[in-house]
Amino acid sequence: MSPLLLEVVTPERMILREEVESVIAPGSEGHLGVLPRHSPLLTTLKPGVVRYRKGGRWERLAVSGGFMEAGPGRVVILADAAELPSEIDVERARRAMERAKKRLWERSPDLDVARAEAALMRSLARLKAAGVEP
Amino acid sequence: MSSNIRDIKRRLRAIDNIQHVTRAMKMVAAARLRRAQNRVWAARPYAHKIAEVVGRLAQSPQAKAIPLLAPREINKTGYVLITGDRGLAGAYNANLIGMAEECLEQEDHPTALLAVGGKGTRYFLKRPVEMMGYYEVVDDEPRFSQARELARRLMDLYLEGELDEVKLIYAHFHSALRYEIKVERFLPVAAPALKAAAEADYIYEPHPRRLLEAILPRYCEIKIYQALLEAKASEHSARMVAMESATTNAGEVMEQLTLSFNKARQAAITKEIVEITAGAEALKGHGSRRD
Repeated sequence: MSPLLLEVVTPERMILREEVESVIAPGSEGHLGVLPRHSPLLTTLKPGVVRYRKGGRWERLAVSGGFMEAGPGRVVILADAAELPSEIDVERARRAMERAKKRLWERSPDLDVARAEAALMRSLARLKAAGVEP
Repeated sequence: MSSNIRDIKRRLRAIDNIQHVTRAMKMVAAARLRRAQNRVWAARPYAHKIAEVVGRLAQSPQAKAIPLLAPREINKTGYVLITGDRGLAGAYNANLIGMAEECLEQEDHPTALLAVGGKGTRYFLKRPVEMMGYYEVVDDEPRFSQARELARRLMDLYLEGELDEVKLIYAHFHSALRYEIKVERFLPVAAPALKAAAEADYIYEPHPRRLLEAILPRYCEIKIYQALLEAKASEHSARMVAMESATTNAGEVMEQLTLSFNKARQAAITKEIVEITAGAEALKGHGSRRD
């Protein structure tokens, strides 16, 4: 099988650069999978979990939105922020989730719904990537 | 004579202290420079990639209609000047401020300035220049969130028609010993030129125009972020070089002072010996006459 290079970069640093077998990313129009020799594609990403298979094992990482460019041998994810499971602060993510849920539940009139929803999605992505049940 | 020796001694001690301080500042600047440099490098992969993507998308026919990309008639130009908060960095801040003054002067339509960093802010607040705002303190390690805030503010000003063009004045970091002052157009976005001709047809999800609208603001944010990082690295390098030469100069002054100190000391000793021998001679003459 021809190789597929996965690169995950954020404005502040490069998070990951590895040869993988396949990638599943949370595209804004739905999840999509990329295998080697994919035709060139550019898409926006929602906050969520990126899964990639390496050596037959599925690994995960959390991204909070961004872009993905896929080509025949390379997938580049330009994430606003991204974290490997080992870097995720589970307690903090859980608190952020509770806060966002509470805000959405109470619906005070000056609530920025889109922002609260984005915060909820980000915290859920972190928890999922860390492998804990929300 | 002895007061002269004491004076020289006092000056020597003072300059020794100065040298300690400049040497310490040089070390601190060198350490900070290393960190700043790493951050500049860490930000490059993202910046290169997003520039490439924007370059490709901007070729699509609909791109011209996007306000952030479309040039328009210029009635007012905004300048963003990035300086340091503190001095003692050689001519770093002065060079930037000089460049900003030159730019503001040569425009024949109204201009406005946004100053980032205390030095530029304090200078231009006292002058008849329209200030759009200022950020007094740039954190020693600029965060992406700060850059984002600044970039959004500029994009808003541009989109609301307040400004028709925005330019950045900042120090571009070349190496630990060299930086270059750059004036760069920030808005409307100049789409980066593509190196390779457009390859195979791309699949765009959603369609190119929506994608470009999503990606351009991020591109602007990263441009500001990079400028902040480069400016910070340049500032540290300028400070390191300035403190290095201050340390060398202090060394030279100390050498000269030590020389005159030794001369003065030698002169004092000679004088004492002369006095003693003269005294002894006088006594001898006196004694022999008494015998």
